[in-house]
Amino acid sequence: MNDKTKFQTMAQKILGYHCGRDHVSEGEIVNAGVDIVLGNDITLPIAIEEFNKIGTERVFDKEKVVVVPDHFTPNKDIKSAQQCKFMREFAKKQEIKNYFEIGRMGIEHALLPELGLVLPGNLIVGADSHTCTYGALGAASTGVGSTDVAVAMATGKLWFMVPGTIKFIYSGNFKKWITGKDLILHTIGLIGVEGALYKSMEFSGPAVSKLSMDSRFTMSNMAIEAGGKFGIFEVDKITEEYLKSRSDGNYKIFRSDPDVEYEKVYEINCSDIKLQVAVPHLPSNTKNAEDLTDIAIDQVVIGSCTNGRMEDLKITAEILKGKKVDKNLRVIIIPATQNIYLEALKNGYIETFINSGCVVSTPTCGPCLGGYMGVLAEGERAISTTNRNFVGRMGHPKSEVYLCGPAVAAASAIAGRIATPEEVI
Amino acid sequence: MIIKERAIKYGDNVDTDVIIPARYLNTSDDRELASHCFEGLDNDFRDKVKERRIIIAGNNFGCGSSREHAPLSIKTSGVKAIIAASFSRIFFRNSINIGLPVISSKEAADFIQDGDELELDLSSGKIKDITRDKVFEINPLPEFIQSIIKSGGYINFVKEGLKK
Repeated sequence: MNDKTKFQTMAQKILGYHCGRDHVSEGEIVNAGVDIVLGNDITLPIAIEEFNKIGTERVFDKEKVVVVPDHFTPNKDIKSAQQCKFMREFAKKQEIKNYFEIGRMGIEHALLPELGLVLPGNLIVGADSHTCTYGALGAASTGVGSTDVAVAMATGKLWFMVPGTIKFIYSGNFKKWITGKDLILHTIGLIGVEGALYKSMEFSGPAVSKLSMDSRFTMSNMAIEAGGKFGIFEVDKITEEYLKSRSDGNYKIFRSDPDVEYEKVYEINCSDIKLQVAVPHLPSNTKNAEDLTDIAIDQVVIGSCTNGRMEDLKITAEILKGKKVDKNLRVIIIPATQNIYLEALKNGYIETFINSGCVVSTPTCGPCLGGYMGVLAEGERAISTTNRNFVGRMGHPKSEVYLCGPAVAAASAIAGRIATPEEVI
Repeated sequence: MIIKERAIKYGDNVDTDVIIPARYLNTSDDRELASHCFEGLDNDFRDKVKERRIIIAGNNFGCGSSREHAPLSIKTSGVKAIIAASFSRIFFRNSINIGLPVISSKEAADFIQDGDELELDLSSGKIKDITRDKVFEINPLPEFIQSIIKSGGYINFVKEGLKK
């Protein structure tokens, strides 16, 4: 091992720690123990069938398997109900401690951090591509398929290829209304939808230390839209403050060695970043919102694992307060968890939304993936705080999705077309 | 293992929403999933796959969701292998795990045309375009991944390991 290769990134260190080694090399395949295994109502039914084929009676640890029915729940049709029932029975039989029935649940990637189930230094896998969200807490966390989850549930271990790391250094000051969504859309626009294929994305720099946890979750969440395996932040004061009420402080913090060699380093000046919109049909098709103000909209969606948190609802309420949404469009707001819903209610945001003419829904992934609760018809166009704008993502193959943060979504709701907050308040 | 089939060619960034739209994910029945395969991209796929069973694609094939329903619907449709310039990470993993051969070769993916007759030899690592008389060498997969494929998928591989 030469001098350069002895240094390691956070991703290497966390993977190494979970297979009992001081050093792992990029490109190497390791079999590592996982801290949390997650499944939802779409991916877990297949995982359960595969788990049953392995022949182990019990899951490796009933406290480390997390089951969240969030995609098509409350059950949207009979088939979804059957899937949920199958999953519920499995959770009961296996005495899964962290099974969250509707009424207690939330969108998985908002719920797990909120409950302190995912912590710094953890190695986490979930049968959902946005499992990379927990990287915001300094964890190595990634989406896998149902078969992987079956094996992880049975054995507590999984194979990983140790990824190379791309570092993103954010500097400068944020313009008004800019959140993590604008930063990550800008970043994906810069590097493309496969710009971080198989790689760990490490988000750092002086501007990051000013970002809220909610904005960090949004950024880590969309690492997968650049092909990333992990989207990691280092633990700092803001992370520790967030964790204070959620954990007993019993977690391990890993930091990249200062002299480690990254595959690539991008330096991004946030002072130049304006409100972003990704136009159909790739998250990398980013433009400034101010250049798209002639585009009429049929539906606005504010929610999802990407942007259904308190910061998002707060910004939405600030812009909507005392105003009506345009009468030619529908606005659907989905708080990501029951706790967020309740806090929004206490803060008067829900009242603002209803007075403005918005639909407010119980937590669900619903419209983000064209499941239900806001499916688009042929030729319709939505602007949405979700994460994907692929062909047919929110409904009919000839419908369109524009991606943005909460400020542009709320402003567009009032204007009836893509708009910036300055235009409407 | 030798696979002799004709090609169906698609472009870059074929995502999991067009491979199997989420509205069909309320089932894990593989036949039902296969009946909607590529519905968001190519309405003629169901007919094409009756005679052509190797998919050729550009960069980042299978990007998006972690839904294993995507490679499952492709495999159940009768597709024998996918050759792409590159694959999204999760799709690649899922395909290996269910025993669907996936080969990254930018050179081959660029060269092979829709409808070409191909001979794919996974053991010697060669793709032959019979129509255009050209042979491509494939980079061998890591040994560990090869052993998963040899076992017929990750579940069988793990079962064999547990018996030892």
